[in-house]
Amino acid sequence: MRRDGRIRDYPEAITVEEVIDETPTVRTLIFSDDIMSSSMPGQFAMVWVPGAFELPMSIMTATGRGRAAFTVRRHGDASTALYNIRRGESIAVRGPYGNSFDVRRGRLLLVGGGTGLVPLMRLVTHTNPDDDITILMGARTADEVFFDELASDLLSARRGAGSGNRDDQGSSHSTGDYNCGAGDYNYGTGSEAPLRGRVIVTTDDGTRGKKGRVTDILDAIVDCSAGGKFDAIYTCGPEVMMYKIVQTASRHGIFVQASLERMMKCGVGICGSCAAGPDIVCKDGTIFDGRHLLANPEFGFTYRDKSGIPTSW
Amino acid sequence: MRLDGPVVLASGILGISLDVFRRLHRSGAGAVVTKSLSKSPWTGYANPTVIGLDNGGWLNAVGLSNPGAQNFADMIRPNREIPIIVSLVGSTAAEFEYMIDKFDECAVVAYELNMSCPHVAKVGLEVGDDPALVREIVGAAKQASGDSAPVLVKVGLGSSNYLDTVGAAIDGGADAITAINTIRSMAIDAELQRPVLSNRFGGLSGAPIKPIALRCVYEIASRFGDIPIMGCGGISNWKDAVEFILAGASAVQIGSVLGEEDVDIFGRINTGITEYMERKGIDRLQDMVGHAQRR
Repeated sequence: MRRDGRIRDYPEAITVEEVIDETPTVRTLIFSDDIMSSSMPGQFAMVWVPGAFELPMSIMTATGRGRAAFTVRRHGDASTALYNIRRGESIAVRGPYGNSFDVRRGRLLLVGGGTGLVPLMRLVTHTNPDDDITILMGARTADEVFFDELASDLLSARRGAGSGNRDDQGSSHSTGDYNCGAGDYNYGTGSEAPLRGRVIVTTDDGTRGKKGRVTDILDAIVDCSAGGKFDAIYTCGPEVMMYKIVQTASRHGIFVQASLERMMKCGVGICGSCAAGPDIVCKDGTIFDGRHLLANPEFGFTYRDKSGIPTSW
Repeated sequence: MRLDGPVVLASGILGISLDVFRRLHRSGAGAVVTKSLSKSPWTGYANPTVIGLDNGGWLNAVGLSNPGAQNFADMIRPNREIPIIVSLVGSTAAEFEYMIDKFDECAVVAYELNMSCPHVAKVGLEVGDDPALVREIVGAAKQASGDSAPVLVKVGLGSSNYLDTVGAAIDGGADAITAINTIRSMAIDAELQRPVLSNRFGGLSGAPIKPIALRCVYEIASRFGDIPIMGCGGISNWKDAVEFILAGASAVQIGSVLGEEDVDIFGRINTGITEYMERKGIDRLQDMVGHAQRR
């Protein structure tokens, strides 16, 4: 424990209290941990599955005081080991590590792919009710869409009761043409000022929301002038996707931040395995400004493998 | 040996990207020691590989992951500005010769032979514990490097007397000694009832080992007199650094402290040493090396 007790470097055992199946390959594990619960959006923890592996996980929001969560897609050995943890079983957690999003005010665009949505969900909880938030989420197919309802709920919860506006059923948005009708931005109930926010879903195969990738409709969303220019864009997901988003944002002169993923071992900036150009991702990041990233020759192109050899994405 | 300052980045810490080296150098690092490089790339151990301990120490068994001597030489070949000390790890004299040849066209200010890593079989401490092998490897490394760069030997606390290792290294022609490496240790989690590191055993570093490292530097300086020493082990601030210099170190290396502070720690320690020297009326750093040895 150091820095006023806000960071725990020793992996402390916690019990998983609840497991939610998000999709056939994605689960959310909820637990109680005051330190993790008060982490900032974009921070991560090193999560150890006893007897298996330790891996970096973005800290997910969870309802209930002192609670936090991890949302994991089973993919490699380590993530599958975590995915297979059941309610009542123990994992050990250290952190939180890394910096956090610079949460601006105004009109914000959040773009996530897969479990890259995790830090963006926590980010939503740090926005103001009068911020106008568009959440753009991509998945391979309808079965793999998750956090769409949660995203709507979080948008609504910014001011008590209210209903999310899920824009994934086709209608006027089923084609590649992006309709920027201002009406989409208003929802909410009662006499309170209308809450402003929306959730847009894309799937590669078109089984849900708009067909294609988030980057296919990004230009249309950013170009849309109905709601005014975006004040900031935040993204987390596959690096090639983030590279395109950062480029689009900078072309439009919009502040953008992306969360990088690299091979991590220590999480505290000593082992060097997460180096990307001059950046030590676990400590300087994982969140970086777009302008900084575009000057980093490795962003969008290479990462280092377990032995430290630069490898193409 | 060219050093741009007395505070050097220790091996195993951040030593993987030339751009990061540049940043550390700008922050005041007098030189950087690379991760220990092996003949071919190593992936290291599975996580958990590094954890913090409640006593302020750090425990690691990264397993010497590194891209291999050839890949690393290719990466640092363009460098001329940053003093880079290349750390090498291996089991035989031939391996060390092979690796040093790979750095033929690189500006290397020194080689540091890792004879003290406490958690990988057949290398590190297992070599350091065999004085005859130490002498042979150091001799071969000196021959391979020729006049191009001095050879340092990094020692640690193994199962034999580390002073015998130092003696063997000097016999073999070592130009300087780095002391000490991490100390073989482990952590067991009471709740989960198992070792935390995937390798079970690792190396302890950080503040808890400082008094031990300081003792070793003092002992080496008093036993071997004029051999230059790089002091290493739990140095977190300028005062720690000064203590190592007073014990007999000509320069110091820092590592674990970077887990708690930003890279500007190099500059802060430099400034602290300078202010200390001004306060004590010491003109040159070398004038205080080993000063605590006097009776």
